[in-house]
Amino acid sequence: MNTIPKIRKRGGLGHTRRNVELLILCLPVIIILFLFCYLPMPGLVLAFKKFRPLEGIWGSPWLGLKNFGFFKSTQIWLVTRNTLLYNLGFIVLTPILSVAIAIILYEIGNARQIKAYQTIYFLPHFLSWVVVSIMLYAFLNSDQGFVNGIIVMFGGERISWYTEAKYWPFILIFMGLWKSVGYNTVIYYAGLVGIDPGLYEAASIDGAGRWKRTIYITIPMLIPLLVILTILGLGRIFFADFGLFYQLPLRSGPLLPTTDVINYYTVRTLMISRNYGMGTAIGLYQSVMGLVLVLITNWAAKKVSGGEHGLF
Amino acid sequence: MIERKMTDILSKLLMHFVLLLFAVLCLVPMILTISISLSDEQDLVLNGYSLIPRIFSGSAYQFLFKNPAALITSYWVTIRTTFLGTLLGVLFMSMAAFSLSRKDFAWRKPIVFYIFFTMLFSGGLVPMYMVVTRTLHMQDTLLVLFMPIMINAWNTFLLVTYLRSISFEMIESAKLDGANEFTIYLRIIMPMAKPALAAISLLLSLRLWNEWYSALLYIRDPKLIPLQYWMQRVMNNMQFLLMNQDMMGGGASSISMADLPTQSVRMAMAVLAAGPMMFVFPFFQKYFAKGLLVGSIKG
Repeated sequence: MNTIPKIRKRGGLGHTRRNVELLILCLPVIIILFLFCYLPMPGLVLAFKKFRPLEGIWGSPWLGLKNFGFFKSTQIWLVTRNTLLYNLGFIVLTPILSVAIAIILYEIGNARQIKAYQTIYFLPHFLSWVVVSIMLYAFLNSDQGFVNGIIVMFGGERISWYTEAKYWPFILIFMGLWKSVGYNTVIYYAGLVGIDPGLYEAASIDGAGRWKRTIYITIPMLIPLLVILTILGLGRIFFADFGLFYQLPLRSGPLLPTTDVINYYTVRTLMISRNYGMGTAIGLYQSVMGLVLVLITNWAAKKVSGGEHGLF
Repeated sequence: MIERKMTDILSKLLMHFVLLLFAVLCLVPMILTISISLSDEQDLVLNGYSLIPRIFSGSAYQFLFKNPAALITSYWVTIRTTFLGTLLGVLFMSMAAFSLSRKDFAWRKPIVFYIFFTMLFSGGLVPMYMVVTRTLHMQDTLLVLFMPIMINAWNTFLLVTYLRSISFEMIESAKLDGANEFTIYLRIIMPMAKPALAAISLLLSLRLWNEWYSALLYIRDPKLIPLQYWMQRVMNNMQFLLMNQDMMGGGASSISMADLPTQSVRMAMAVLAAGPMMFVFPFFQKYFAKGLLVGSIKG
């Protein structure tokens, strides 16, 4: 940083010089986002082409809408349904649980306890999905698993968790929440700390109890943050948290009806069947649907709040 | 009056109960994992898992360290990518965030939009794969394990939000003293932004430490396999061995399987992979409440 030569100040050009310096500071981010976010975008034309490696993306022949033939398969509807239902579950349940716990933490008001709880709640966020999959295996493996141990202790039958698809919607929702609620609690709690204590004092003088304070002050103060996170969540609703669905079921075939998601389907098209055109087409479908949803919800959020809340 | 006190105490109790319950839910899986990793394999097979080891044994860790070459290689890959990615990512994002927090920066709005748009739309997996493998030729490099991940719109905006709270007058007075923007960024803003920088560093290093997806897509060279992906592959192989053993119904392979402490080794791997990050956390924690707030993007 120190080696950057000082540009001599010339009268009147102060603004230009400042802008150029500030722009230089932005350049690394601009370049890296260009390489990994913008450069792939033109590649979306592959969705309408038959990819031939030797001819490259631009030389490959056009194929019209044939790559979108996956819409006719039942599989795409299955993975779309799974992805949407899981994400909808997370979009609804994560904020409810996190805000509830954050408010309780805030109400407890004992600095020591708050710090201890925050540390513990944050721990699951530290683990990769690979590590979580190993931990889950300790609970669910059919022979020695902790859960089956408890079931047998109460005289029940062992359950073969890794071959019975019907349990997995609950398992995956539970694990998804387990890993994310604590982290979100910390974020919402940070939002609560910023609330002006004067508001609460005024409310107490007016005779408002704990419930009234929560409903009329705390929750409204969190709404901007809730709106932002929800809109972003809806924008990602066609994208599953891949690790959750790829690692936790240990890629067990019998579980696919309830654990397969769009991302996994795309990864298989890319890595196994090497169908680049169709893989791109599925990605385009995800991205466009996500963008449309963000625009609609942002518009709706602004409309409802009279332009006050929204992402942009 | 007494009734009011009673409900107050009851609601306090209930609140403590909820907090405690959630804490137990967070901790039990970790305790179980550690306990299994320190248990005797024979006892596990006969009596199942328990929260406290019935018979202590370090054999799982001994087994892992008997042939440590692959483990050490993958550790070293992960340490390098985490370190480089966090350092460069936080440096670059904070530089951009400094510029974007300045209302007097003429190109602020177009650049904010340029960054923001990456949150809304992406080329998807296949075009990204094409760019990395065919345009940039980054498959089987260390770079691919951290470069695409280290810059992230959300974290950049977290930093912008934080930097906006620093008073503009400080910057003005520094400018009167003849400082250029680089000096202001380095000497004035960065020391004041420590809480936000610490929070972002932690989030980013977690993300990098736990990365396996880019390895799944782009890494074939055994020397470049990061820790998490190595672990996933070992798990896979164990599963494969176990299934083969089931199919053969005992016989020769089951004898060798009995020597292999698969249950405790799995858990020991998880402990080794997650452990280092757990030690890092306490150093960052005090910055968390301050550093993690994001405001509306346009502000």
